[in-house]
Amino acid sequence: MLACADVYLAEPMSDLLAALFRLSLLLLPLAVLADGAVDHERQRIRLTLSSEPPNLNSTVTTDQISSFVLSHVMEGLLTYDASNELSPGVAERWELRQDGATFWLRRNARWSDGKPVTAHDFVFAWRTAVDPKTASQYASALYPVRNAERINRGELPVTALGVEARGDFRLEVTFERPTPYFLGLTAFFTYYPIRQDFYESRGERYAADADDLLYNGPFVLQRWVHGAHLRLRRNGHYWGRDHVGLYEIDIPYITTDTTAIFNLYQAGSIALAPLETETLRDAVRLGFTPKLFLTGSIYYLQFNLREGRITTNRNLRKAIQAILDPAVLVNKVVGLPGNLPSDSIFPTTVKGVELPFRTEYPAPRPERGLGLARHYLELARQELGLERIPPLVMLVGDGPRANKEAEYFQQLFARGLGLDVRLDRQTAKQRLDKMSRGDFDIVAAGWGPDYDDPMTFGDLFASWNENNRGRYRNPEYDRWVEIAATSPDPEQRMRAFAEMQRLLMEDVPVLPLYESGNVYLQHPQLRGVVRAIFGGDPNLRYAYVAGEDE
Amino acid sequence: MKSLPSIAPALLEPAERGALLEVSARPPRSYWQQVGRRLARDARAVVAGAVVVLLVIATLTGPWLWPEDPARQLLGLSSRGPLPAQTALLVADGLSDAGMWPPQSEQLATVAGESLSAAMLSAPVGLKAVAANTEWVRLRWQPVAGAASYHIYRHTRAPRSRSDLGLPLGIVDARQPWYEDRLQLSTRRYYYSVVASDGVDEAAEVATLQVRPVQAIGWLEAQLQDFVPADADPAQWVDRTVELPAHPLGTDYLGRDLLSRLLHGARTSLFIGITAPLLFVTLGTLYGATAGFIGGRVDDWMMRFADFVVALPSLLFIILLRIGFGIGPGESGILPMVVALVLLSWPASARLVRGQVLQLREEPYVAAARLAGAGNFYIITRHMLPNVLAVVLVAMTFAIPSVIFTEAFLSFIGMGVTPPTPSWGSMSNDGIRVLFSHPSELLWPAACISVTVLAFNVLGDALRDALDMKERD
Amino acid sequence: MTGFLLRRLLSSLITIWFIATATFFVMHAVPGDPLSNEKAVNPEIRRHLEARYGLDQPVLTQYGIFLRNMATGDFGISFTQQNRRVNDIIREHFPVSALLGVVALVIATLGALLFGALSAQFRDRWPDRTIMLSVIFAISVPSFVLAALAQWGILSLNKAAGFTVLPVAGWGSWRHLIVPAVVLGLGTMAYMTRLMRSSMLEVAQADYLRTARAKGLGSLRIFVFHHMRNALLPVVTVLGPAIAAVTTGGFVVELIFSIPGLGRYFVQAVQQLDYTVIMGTTVFYGAFLVLMVMLVDILYGLIDPRIRVGK
Repeated sequence: MLACADVYLAEPMSDLLAALFRLSLLLLPLAVLADGAVDHERQRIRLTLSSEPPNLNSTVTTDQISSFVLSHVMEGLLTYDASNELSPGVAERWELRQDGATFWLRRNARWSDGKPVTAHDFVFAWRTAVDPKTASQYASALYPVRNAERINRGELPVTALGVEARGDFRLEVTFERPTPYFLGLTAFFTYYPIRQDFYESRGERYAADADDLLYNGPFVLQRWVHGAHLRLRRNGHYWGRDHVGLYEIDIPYITTDTTAIFNLYQAGSIALAPLETETLRDAVRLGFTPKLFLTGSIYYLQFNLREGRITTNRNLRKAIQAILDPAVLVNKVVGLPGNLPSDSIFPTTVKGVELPFRTEYPAPRPERGLGLARHYLELARQELGLERIPPLVMLVGDGPRANKEAEYFQQLFARGLGLDVRLDRQTAKQRLDKMSRGDFDIVAAGWGPDYDDPMTFGDLFASWNENNRGRYRNPEYDRWVEIAATSPDPEQRMRAFAEMQRLLMEDVPVLPLYESGNVYLQHPQLRGVVRAIFGGDPNLRYAYVAGEDE
Repeated sequence: MKSLPSIAPALLEPAERGALLEVSARPPRSYWQQVGRRLARDARAVVAGAVVVLLVIATLTGPWLWPEDPARQLLGLSSRGPLPAQTALLVADGLSDAGMWPPQSEQLATVAGESLSAAMLSAPVGLKAVAANTEWVRLRWQPVAGAASYHIYRHTRAPRSRSDLGLPLGIVDARQPWYEDRLQLSTRRYYYSVVASDGVDEAAEVATLQVRPVQAIGWLEAQLQDFVPADADPAQWVDRTVELPAHPLGTDYLGRDLLSRLLHGARTSLFIGITAPLLFVTLGTLYGATAGFIGGRVDDWMMRFADFVVALPSLLFIILLRIGFGIGPGESGILPMVVALVLLSWPASARLVRGQVLQLREEPYVAAARLAGAGNFYIITRHMLPNVLAVVLVAMTFAIPSVIFTEAFLSFIGMGVTPPTPSWGSMSNDGIRVLFSHPSELLWPAACISVTVLAFNVLGDALRDALDMKERD
Repeated sequence: MTGFLLRRLLSSLITIWFIATATFFVMHAVPGDPLSNEKAVNPEIRRHLEARYGLDQPVLTQYGIFLRNMATGDFGISFTQQNRRVNDIIREHFPVSALLGVVALVIATLGALLFGALSAQFRDRWPDRTIMLSVIFAISVPSFVLAALAQWGILSLNKAAGFTVLPVAGWGSWRHLIVPAVVLGLGTMAYMTRLMRSSMLEVAQADYLRTARAKGLGSLRIFVFHHMRNALLPVVTVLGPAIAAVTTGGFVVELIFSIPGLGRYFVQAVQQLDYTVIMGTTVFYGAFLVLMVMLVDILYGLIDPRIRVGK
C-alpha cells in the first residue's frame, strides 16, 4: 500500500516547493525596513516605555510614566532648564513671600488650539485637584496652598482655595504656612493648568485619548494607540517652539521586559534603553558604554513599631542593623553600578544650604559586625524573655530585583542571627494595602522625592504622617520636623534634618539600604538629554539629534 | 414470521442479589500482563519509562546524593559556570574599621593648580592596583592637575577605542585619587580605565590598567558560611585560605549551587506535576463514574455543572484563584496552585469516565452480571474500574506534562511558587534574563522541563497504544 | 433546527452567567485593596473613590449591579486608568490578540497539513524522522523559552543581514506579527501535525483511493482531493480547542514581544489588582469561548452529514 504512495508524491512535492519558493521571493523585498532609533533630518527619535501612561489627567495622575509624558506636553508656572534649575514656564516672573506668591504669566503662552493660557486655567486646575469629588490621590501636593487640606477633607468649598486670578495674566497664591520650596512645586504635574471649557466638554473621558487633552507644553500627543504606540510632535503653538530641538518623539514599543528593551536598542530601534543587572553585562561585552544617573529615590527596610510587634524591640533592630552591610547588598546582590549604599534616609541628591546636604552633614555610620549583631540579639532575647525570636514576616514586592534582595536578607538573617524570616511576597496593591494596615514586621520599601527639599524625606517619619507605615513615634523627632517646617533660617532647618538623620540611625525605625541609580544606554547621536529627579524624567525638552559625524 | 420458543417467566427473573455465580466478563486476567509485555517491547516506552524512573529517583534521593544546601549563598561566586573545588583567600571586608579602605585617617589629596577644562586635562599617571581579589580591587593614581573629578570604568576586554571603556563604576572627587571596586568581581581579567573630568566633560586621555583578581571570601561571609568560627579573631585569620565547595553545574545569581537547586526544584515541579493530576483525575473519575452510573436526571445536572467549569477560561481562572487564595508569609504557594489546578481541571476526566461508564453499562457482560445478581459494588469494582482504569491512566500521563507547563508559565509571569522555593519554572524565569551572558541558568531548568514533558508524553503515547487492544496485530 | 439553536443559545447564556458569577465572587475574595496607593489619602477622598466604584455597597448589591451592567455589556471603569472604560480597553486590545491568534492558527493549520502529509508520505524515512523530532521538540519546550529563543534568533538574523529584516518586538505591521504568530502556533501545529500524519496513514489504506487510482486520475488530483481532503476531517475537529488554546495562550508571546493584546493587559491588571479589568476580561474571554464552541458545534452540524443537530 505504502510503496506506491511514493510514486504519486514525487510530482506534487516539487510543485509545492516551487510555489513556496516563489512566495518567499515575493515577500522578501518588503522585509527591508528603515527602523531608525534616531533621524537627524526629521529630528525624530524612537523610545520605549515600560507601560502606557495610566492616566494623563494631571490632577489625578500619580505615576512616573504619566509624569514623563505630561512634562513634555504640558507646562506649569515654572519649569526646569537644561541644567535642572527652575526657570520660567508659563509664568514670566514671580515673587515668593512668606505668606504667598505672585506669578505674572507670559502673554504668548498658548493652548494647542491657539487660545491663550490664562491665570483662570490654573485656578480651575488647582481647585479641581483639591476637590474631594475628584478624589485625587495627589491632592496633598497642593496642601501648602491655603485651605487646600480642609477643602480636600470636605470641610470647605473649593472656592475657598488660596489661589486667585487677578485678570488673565496674574496669579495670586496664599500659603497655609511658609513654604520655601513652593516654586519647585509649581513645576509639578498636579499644578499644571487645565482649561475649564475643554475639561467639561470631555467629561469622564478627559485625557483618555490624544484628542481628549489640550496641550500647552513643548510637544503635543499626536497619536495614542493604547498599549502600543505614542507619538509626540513639536507643539506649533508653544511659546518657546523655536528652541525645542526635536520634532518628533515616537514611542512605538511598550514593554517592561528588559531583555526585549536591550534587544531593541541593539537592533537600532530605540535611542534610550534602561539596563538591568543582566542586560548590563551583555551591553558592556558588546562594546556599549552605559551612562549612570541617580534617581533621587531611596530604598530601605522599615520596621513595624505598632504595639505587640516583636520589632518594637530596639536591640533586635540594632542586631539587624549590625549585620546588614548596604555595600554588600549593592555590590553583590543588586550588582548595578550607580546605586549608592546609604546609611542615611536622605539621598546624596538632596540639597543643603550651599552644598549637598550629605556633604554638609555626613551620615553617621553605625557600628557593624557579626559579633556585635549577636550581642544585640542576645540583649533582645533577654529583654523579651524569649528563648527564640519568633518568625519575622518580611513584606516584599514581586519584581525580580525585590525577590533577589529578599532571598539575600532571608539567608543573611538566618545564617547570621538564626532568625526565621518568612517572606510575604505580594503584588503592588496588596503590598501597599498590607503596609497601610501594618500587617508586617519588616517591609522593603522605597520613597521618591515629591519636591526639592529634605522635608520630602524628613517628615516621612513624623508621627502624624500617614505614610509613616511603621508608625515610628518619637516626640524628639517630631520636634525637629516642626522646626524644619516652620523655621525661616536655612542653617537651622538643615541642622534639624541632621538631627533627624542621627535619630533614625540610633533608633533604627528604618534601615536605609541604597540610593537608586539608573544605568542606561543612549544613542551617540542623541544629545542634550537631561536626566531629572523632578519634573519628568528623562527631560527631552532640550534634546536634539546630531548628524552622524558630529 | 417464525414463532419464538416459549420460556418460563421464572427464568427471566434476575437471580437474587448476592447469589452470584462467577461470570467471566471482565478482561482476562492476563490483560495487564499483556499490556506490560507490549510496553516492554516498545523501545520508546522503555526509554521514557526509564527517564521517568530516573527522575523520580533523582528527586527522592538527590538531596542525599548531592547534599549541598540549595539556599546557601556564596555571593563571591555568583553566576559562574561549572566550578571545581577551590581555595579562597580570607580578606577583611568593610564591616569593621580595619576593613575600611582607605583608612579614615587617609589625607585627602591637594588639588594642584587652577581647574582646567576637559580638553586640557591629561591622563592620570601611576595608575596601580594596591590589591586585587574578588572582594575588592583597590586602585590608586597620581592626582591630575586641574581636574574636578575622576570617572572610573571597568571592561572585560582591552578597550578598543576611547568610547569603549566598559562599565562606568562611578565618579570620585578630585581630592580622592583612589577607588575601591567591589562590584560582582570574578577571577577573570579586568581592564580599569581612569579619566579625569572637569565636572561635566571627560578628558580625551585615559589611563588603563589590567588586573586579575584572585578568588577571595570576605570576613563576614566566611563567618556566616562557617568557614571560620564566629568568635575568631580577624587578625589571626585574615590572609589564610579556605576551601570552597565544587559546583558541577555552576551557580546562580546569588551564588547558589545550580545542581542542588535543580534537584530541589525537581521536587517542587514534579510534586505539583504529579499531585495535581492525581487529584483532579481521581476527582474527575469519581464524579464521572457517579454521574454515569446513576444516570438520568442526576447525570444531566452533574454534567451540566461540569460543562460550566469547562467553560471557565482556565488559565485566567487559575491566576484568579491563585490571587484569590493569597499566599501568606513564608508559604511556598504550592498548595494554592495545586488547589486551583484541581478545581479547574477535573471535568475533562469526568467526561471521559462518564462516557466509558455509560458505554460499559450497555455491555452484555455487565447486563449478564446484573442478571446474575451482582450488586452495584461488585459491578463497579469488577467490571467498571478495570476498564476505566486504562483510560484514566492514559489521561493522567498526558495531564502531567501539561501541568508542568502550567507551573512553568505561572512562575514566568510571577504567579507561581514563591522564592526561595526553587522550581524549574521559576528557575527558568530567573535564567531567561541572563540568557546571553549565562545561558546555563536557563538551559538546565528548561532542559529538565523539556525532558520530563517529553518522557511523560512518550510514555502516554506508548501506554495508549499498549492499552488499545483493538489495535493488536 | 430552530429549537436546537434556541436551546443551545439559552445554555450558552446560562454558562456565561455562571462564569460571571464565579469571577465576581473569586475576585471579591481576593485579599488587598484596589484603592491603596503609594500615598496615603484622607478618608473623604477614599469615600469618594469607593462611591465611584460602588465599593461602598454590600457585596450582594454590588453583585446585582455587576450583573445588570454585564447584561447591558458594560464592564465599568478601570481602576488604574480612571478615564477609560473596560469596554474600551477590550475593544482596543482584543482585536490585537484575535489577529495574532488567527494568524497563528492559520500558520499552525497550514504547517500541520504540509508537515503531516510529508511525514506520512515519507513514513519512517528521514523527512518523517526530522518532522517528528521537531514536533517532539515543539511540544516539550516551554513557550517562553521558545519565544526568547525566537527573539534572539531575529536579533542574530538582523545582525547577519546588516539591516532590520524583522523587528525584535512591537506591533504595527505584518513584520511584527510573523514571528510571534509562529511561536504561538507552534504547539498547536505540532499537535495537529501528529494528528494529520496518523490520519493520512489511516486514509492511505482506504478503498476509495485505490478506486480513484484505478480510474486513472492524476496523482496530484488524488493526493489533494481524495487523500488530503479526507485526512483533514479529524484535524478540523480539534480546531475548537485550538482556538481556546491560542487566544489565551498568547499571554507569554504578547509579554515577550511587547504586543498590546488583551492577554498582556490582563497580566498587568492582575498585578495592579484592577478589579473591573480583571472581571471584564475574564467574563469576556469566557463568553467568547462559549460562543466559539457554540458556533463550531453548529458548523459541524451543517457540514458533517453524520451529525444531526435536529435531534
